[in-house]
Amino acid sequence: MFPAAFDYRAPASLDEALGLLAQQGDAAKVMAGGQSLIPLLKLRFAQPGMVVDIGRMRGLTGVSRNDGWITIGALTRHVDLERSYDLPGQLSMLPEAAHWIADPLVRNQGTIGGSICHADPSGDWGSVVLALGADLVARSANGERVIHAADFFQGPFTTALGPDEILTEIRVASSSKPAGGAYNKLERKVGDFATVAVAVQVELDGGKVSRAGIGLTSVGATNIKATEAEKSLVGREPNDAVIAEAARLAAAAAEPKTDVRGSAEFKRDVVRVFVQRGLKTALARAKEARV
Amino acid sequence: MKVSMKVNGAERSGDVEPRVLLVDFLRTNLAQTGTHIGCDTSSCGACTVLLDGEPVKSCTLLAVQVDGRSITTVEGLANGATLSPIQAGFHEEHGLQCGFCTPGMMLVGTALLERNPEPTEDEIRWAISGNICRCTGYMNIVKAIQHAAKAQAAAQAKVPEAVVVAGGE
Repeated sequence: MFPAAFDYRAPASLDEALGLLAQQGDAAKVMAGGQSLIPLLKLRFAQPGMVVDIGRMRGLTGVSRNDGWITIGALTRHVDLERSYDLPGQLSMLPEAAHWIADPLVRNQGTIGGSICHADPSGDWGSVVLALGADLVARSANGERVIHAADFFQGPFTTALGPDEILTEIRVASSSKPAGGAYNKLERKVGDFATVAVAVQVELDGGKVSRAGIGLTSVGATNIKATEAEKSLVGREPNDAVIAEAARLAAAAAEPKTDVRGSAEFKRDVVRVFVQRGLKTALARAKEARV
Repeated sequence: MKVSMKVNGAERSGDVEPRVLLVDFLRTNLAQTGTHIGCDTSSCGACTVLLDGEPVKSCTLLAVQVDGRSITTVEGLANGATLSPIQAGFHEEHGLQCGFCTPGMMLVGTALLERNPEPTEDEIRWAISGNICRCTGYMNIVKAIQHAAKAQAAAQAKVPEAVVVAGGE
């Protein structure tokens, strides 16, 4: 299969890339690792006039800490996050989520930023950034703006990014309190999209939950932030009854559809189980977390 | 568009449309047909090549995307008539049936042992999890990679011994 013909540019700098987008508007499509875009081009679901390849641009990779933020470059590959052994405990979910994305070969080429911008409701990073309460930093020729993860995903494959914008960073406010996360995923086989996956993040203050984040994968038109379930945890001591209630609320927030991977009823119950399981793991990790 | 890359150590270049996939560039423009096209949808791993030493799917890369980089295909594994340890492992352990997935499996195995010379069985299975063997010959593929790991370890163990003997003389 061949994609339809397109012009190809591989700008050396972000400014050059943003200049191209400013000129081209909707006609251009940004490519990072290409692991979602190239299949779309081959199937001709996408036929952009120009592909702007930022995948070989320098910078925008790796995890750094400064000014109260932990910053992940948008071009950081899945494999690099999977093998990040020295992340702060607060980000314990990242290597776990990365480990289950697609397969090892795709993880060697695909990037976290590309995956987030692709906004597949079955994508794993969307739920992770929702659970972490991350900020997404977008650049255009006119400057920079910050989009909260909760405002980013607007529909299937649809985001708040303008056609002239590039996602440059994912950043999370550094926490001085013990925090931890967990990512649980059910897939039929390696490389398949999730039947259901759930990202859970908690932060503790004293014996109580001071912040909770829950993101749901593959059970709706976008990655879903289970807001009611999150609220039910905050200010509470996370005992079994509190955890069970949060799991029930998260399952209620899911909008699964029956398909080849399972019935809607089954998927909703997997959400409940994964929230429960994820919370227990995340709490244990928070208690032993490096801050 | 002009594109040039190192393929199995040799500088190769061509003039291609941006939409040409790496696997087609290798097979059609360079006549290196060891890299196979299987599913053509990024699922099976038959088109695996090493990009700067790491396995990737060449059906899901544009040739222009790897301009200036280094590619290893199955044709680059043997050293003249001498099989690489992975190739010898597949030979010894009957690591192939129809052979269609074999180039990809051997390249993934090569990259794994480069990074992790003594992988556990689980680590081997995880490493090949993006590559499908339609003959379902996974048992022997795993054994073949284990064989190669052992052969490499034995070859390395011999080297310091030889040095000690030489030093004692």
